[in-house]
Amino acid sequence: MKLHRINALVTRHLYLYRRSLPRMMEIFYWPFLDLVIWGFITMYLMKFQDSIPGAVTFFLGALILWDVLFRSQQGITISFLEEIWARNLMNLFASPLKPSEFLAATMAMSLFKVAAVSIVMSVCALVFYSYNVFTIGMWLVPFVINLVLTGWIIGVLTTSLIMRFGQEAEVLAWSMVFLFQPISCVFYPMDVLPAWLKAIAWINPAAHIFEGMRTVLTTHAVPATNLAMASGLNLLYLAAVVGWFHYTYNVCKDRGSLVRVGE
Amino acid sequence: MASPVVQVRNLTKRFGEFTAVNGVSFEIRAGEILGLLGPNGAGKTTTIQMLLGLVTPTSGSIHMFGRDLATHREEILQQVNFSSTYISMPYALTVEENLKVVGGLYGLSSIPQRIDEVVKKLEMEDIRHKLTRKLSSGQMTRLTLAKAFLTEPKILFLDEPTASLDPDIAYKIRALLKEERRASGVAMLYTSHNMREMEEMSDRIIFLQKGRIVAEGTAKEIVTRFGQADLEEVFLKLAREQ
Repeated sequence: MKLHRINALVTRHLYLYRRSLPRMMEIFYWPFLDLVIWGFITMYLMKFQDSIPGAVTFFLGALILWDVLFRSQQGITISFLEEIWARNLMNLFASPLKPSEFLAATMAMSLFKVAAVSIVMSVCALVFYSYNVFTIGMWLVPFVINLVLTGWIIGVLTTSLIMRFGQEAEVLAWSMVFLFQPISCVFYPMDVLPAWLKAIAWINPAAHIFEGMRTVLTTHAVPATNLAMASGLNLLYLAAVVGWFHYTYNVCKDRGSLVRVGE
Repeated sequence: MASPVVQVRNLTKRFGEFTAVNGVSFEIRAGEILGLLGPNGAGKTTTIQMLLGLVTPTSGSIHMFGRDLATHREEILQQVNFSSTYISMPYALTVEENLKVVGGLYGLSSIPQRIDEVVKKLEMEDIRHKLTRKLSSGQMTRLTLAKAFLTEPKILFLDEPTASLDPDIAYKIRALLKEERRASGVAMLYTSHNMREMEEMSDRIIFLQKGRIVAEGTAKEIVTRFGQADLEEVFLKLAREQ
């Protein structure tokens, strides 16, 4: 991998964000709106604090962490879509750029988005709802790292599908991640799921993170099992989807569809 | 005679039952301009896409600088670039920003200096800070040529580079390409539907029809072989035989 090629692609996307209000809104407006809505819901639920202990920390914490996953996925998929919309894939893949470098650049963009959104949401939660996301403690760091990895997995999977099936599959960029939301147990514990869905959730790394978050907030216990499960599953799935991305890239080259993705 | 920088052997590409390119072999020597001629659907674009590593051949081989493209993609593409009327550059970036990104992708050591040179060469000073979405089609063509020149390639693939240009700019571009070839020894594969341009630009021409090479030689040799008045007559004769 050559850093200058990754850097060039990241620079290309940063140029894009620098002068695009809609793209900046995507980073700041929607997360802020989410926070406002869930903040009011949480304030309402606080009236029942006795029956739902820790409602504030659960919901706002879960919302901020879910946005980490969502923006991480978007960082990958939207970066790919930007190349399709700009009809730039031919320029990129006829250059010495490797598919792995392309992925690395989208991952870097994903980190940029996650950092921006997390800062905005954390500050807003603190200012408007006096909620400090760091109440989760030092476990926040491995939680966030794992959620970023899960976002990458869904992002690379979605990108591969768009590359394979063309721009018609573009809607997946926004919808795919929500397929995982019910089994990520973001706002409720895994126990509420029916047995068959619980079995599916159990192999979803994000579900272990949100379970871990609730464990930390309610019992202050070390979520070692949750973290180990999430990390193991993430590494396994990430290797699989990166392999699948390369396979899809080669299939598209074979079918001659790589340069026609946006047509 | 200069050694070949491109060697294509029995190149074939099938898409299911359809054969787009069928057993094509040719060479391009350093400093040579090879014209690739043929009616729509003859296999020109597929051939160029295979040479750029964008489409995987069904069979046959592509060697550049004596190395196999299938196994040395990165180092070969470092020395290759292309321009086409039919490609675009990111619209939301300025001309200069787009060139900076290309410079970064190819790892150029002095990007600002190279951009200055190319912008001057292609008379793009007035559009240097213009957003790409605001460029006319002729200016866009100049930008894609600037992108190609920026990296100082040893092989340049040009797919109808003057198709959207007015005669004055097209003339200047052709002069520029010839000067670039003279100065740097860049080899070019050139496609155009303008037969006069093909005669003017190409040292040799290969004529593709239904994915096969049906004629090869200098423009004069091809015209003589087919007993026609000029290259356009040859084109019409071969295209109508399809």
